[in-house]
Amino acid sequence: MVFFVIRRLLAIGVMLVVTSVVTFLLFFAAPTDPAALTCGRECTPDLIDANRHAMGLDKPIHVQYGDFVKGLFAGRDFPDDPVQKAQAPETIVHCEAPCLGYSFLRQAPVTELVTQALPVTVSLAAGAFVLWMLIGVLAGCVAALYKGRWLDRLIVGGALLGYSLPTFFIGLLLLTFVSIRWAILPIPSYTPFLDNPLQWAAGLVMPWTALAVVFAAAYVRLTRAYMIESLSEDYVRTARAKGVREPRVIVKHGLRVALTPIVTMAGLDLGGLLGGMVVTEQVFGFNGLGKLAVQSVTNVDLPTIVAVVLVAAAAYTIANLVVDILYGVIDPRVRLK
Amino acid sequence: MTSTPPVAAVSQTAPEGGSDQAKTAIHGRSRGQLALARLRRDKVTLTALVICAALLLVAAISPVLSHWGVIDPLRNNPHLVTEVGSLPNGPGGGMSWQHWMGVEPGTGRDLLSRIVAGLTISLTVAVLASLLTVVMGTCLGIIAGISKGKTDWAISRLMDIVLSFPQLLMLLSLAPILVGVMHQRLHLPEGTPSQIGFMVLVLGCFGWPQIARIVRGQVLSLREQEFIEAARSLGARRAQLYFKEILPHLWAPILVYVTLVMPQYIAAEATLGFLGVGIQAPTPSLGSLLNDSVTYAVVDPAYFIFPGATLAVVVLAFNLLGDGLRDVLDPKGGTRA
Repeated sequence: MVFFVIRRLLAIGVMLVVTSVVTFLLFFAAPTDPAALTCGRECTPDLIDANRHAMGLDKPIHVQYGDFVKGLFAGRDFPDDPVQKAQAPETIVHCEAPCLGYSFLRQAPVTELVTQALPVTVSLAAGAFVLWMLIGVLAGCVAALYKGRWLDRLIVGGALLGYSLPTFFIGLLLLTFVSIRWAILPIPSYTPFLDNPLQWAAGLVMPWTALAVVFAAAYVRLTRAYMIESLSEDYVRTARAKGVREPRVIVKHGLRVALTPIVTMAGLDLGGLLGGMVVTEQVFGFNGLGKLAVQSVTNVDLPTIVAVVLVAAAAYTIANLVVDILYGVIDPRVRLK
Repeated sequence: MTSTPPVAAVSQTAPEGGSDQAKTAIHGRSRGQLALARLRRDKVTLTALVICAALLLVAAISPVLSHWGVIDPLRNNPHLVTEVGSLPNGPGGGMSWQHWMGVEPGTGRDLLSRIVAGLTISLTVAVLASLLTVVMGTCLGIIAGISKGKTDWAISRLMDIVLSFPQLLMLLSLAPILVGVMHQRLHLPEGTPSQIGFMVLVLGCFGWPQIARIVRGQVLSLREQEFIEAARSLGARRAQLYFKEILPHLWAPILVYVTLVMPQYIAAEATLGFLGVGIQAPTPSLGSLLNDSVTYAVVDPAYFIFPGATLAVVVLAFNLLGDGLRDVLDPKGGTRA
């Protein structure tokens, strides 16, 4: 097991390097000149050149990538110029160790921007995840147990409808009617969990619902399909024949088997969610990673875009690892291999 | 799951159902005939098929309709929007016999016309992107599946890397760069064609790994079968092996995948439009219509609900069709939801 985890960790390290190189090439080798966008109307060629030097964009692309990696582990200076540092240290901006870059448009280190946005996105993702797993797996089990009857059809039909509605449509409908027209729930807003957990949950309940409707639908379908399959196995009949109680049969013999594909999908969805929260954050006006990305795209703030894409890709890759390790916990056969 | 009307077990030789029951007791039928017989009994899928065909037809002829003046997506009707804040006169966003879905606030353009014209753009994006996805995925999947060793390894790792990129985030962040590239390098006309080109390219380039995985899996089992060995021993060249021997066995999963990826891409176009990086106004598409209507969601909900509901119906119809086709073409499989 330890060897397995180490090997997976190495593979993930390689993946992250490749991902970052590709992202870097895609954005910094692009025809747009990020330096030209750093100053507004008062731009002069000299100023652009100075900014290009300050951002380190005057170096070849592989050196830029090296600087980026160095910044990640050791921190870096903008501009990275020892002569200038010796003469006028106050003109140098130092970026602390996990340095994802420096946003000249916002005049702030990107790491700071990301760490500010992350709790919002994680709150959104965590609550929605719990909600949709509960609804999805429960409804999927019920549908499988009532297969072919009206309750099953109702659940399956509802799931298909939920699956077909885009997140922003559900979100805007909820926002317009539930919160503005009928004023049932407060207008969503973010309060840090540690400040006031109740207010935190109250402000987030609507985005959680909007996300959960779409995602739960997929889990209903998945759980139902695998439960029907596992409940028709011979060992389930054996368990029933030897007098095991029905709830135990369903959970221990049925759901346990169906859990492997569900966990796979859950892990990947949760990992992908950090990058997929764009729409929800935009609809409800939360300042999370997604909104940061949208704003950076609108302003062509390249360092921030690259950082957000990398963070999202890293989250997805790490989720992959967690899924792999969880396999071993759920399915003992994987451990033996 | 959608074909809950029970699909009786159909064996290759059993006489069963339909017109040819009267002739003989036992006769063989091809896989296509079997699938067609199953499709005829599946009312839900048939309905979805009719709706999808109708939508594609409407989308295809809408430029003609617009030419004849049946629909007029760009004509302003200022006399219909004289309420406070240029809201449409009358209830339901100005619904009337001339304007079945009401008119746009501000301009008074006919909403139904804009939705019909928008369908053309949205479906163009979805169809082209699906084609690119399937062609790339199938080719790479076949190559990976049939060649052992390094090529297979390289393609599989490429899939992992592409899958680890957050697709929506990439679409969003590459938008300003790639729309420019489309115009400058590929000489697509500025505006809508460049935006369509960009969406097709990015959706295709980030969407192919899923179908490639499915195809690779199929090819891995196909290539061990005798007819491939026979073809090889008869001196078939590689291209012949790929496309003449293997490809015909893959049409069922490919067809199912296309119908399932279409609704995803329709929704993706709408989502991008909503985020403001897709097709831009005044060209109507489901995305740009929704983007325009978001600001009116509270004061004129009809303007927001009609395009949203259209989007939901389109996505739902294609999802139902895809699910149904999977059951029809592969009644035993299809446990994956």
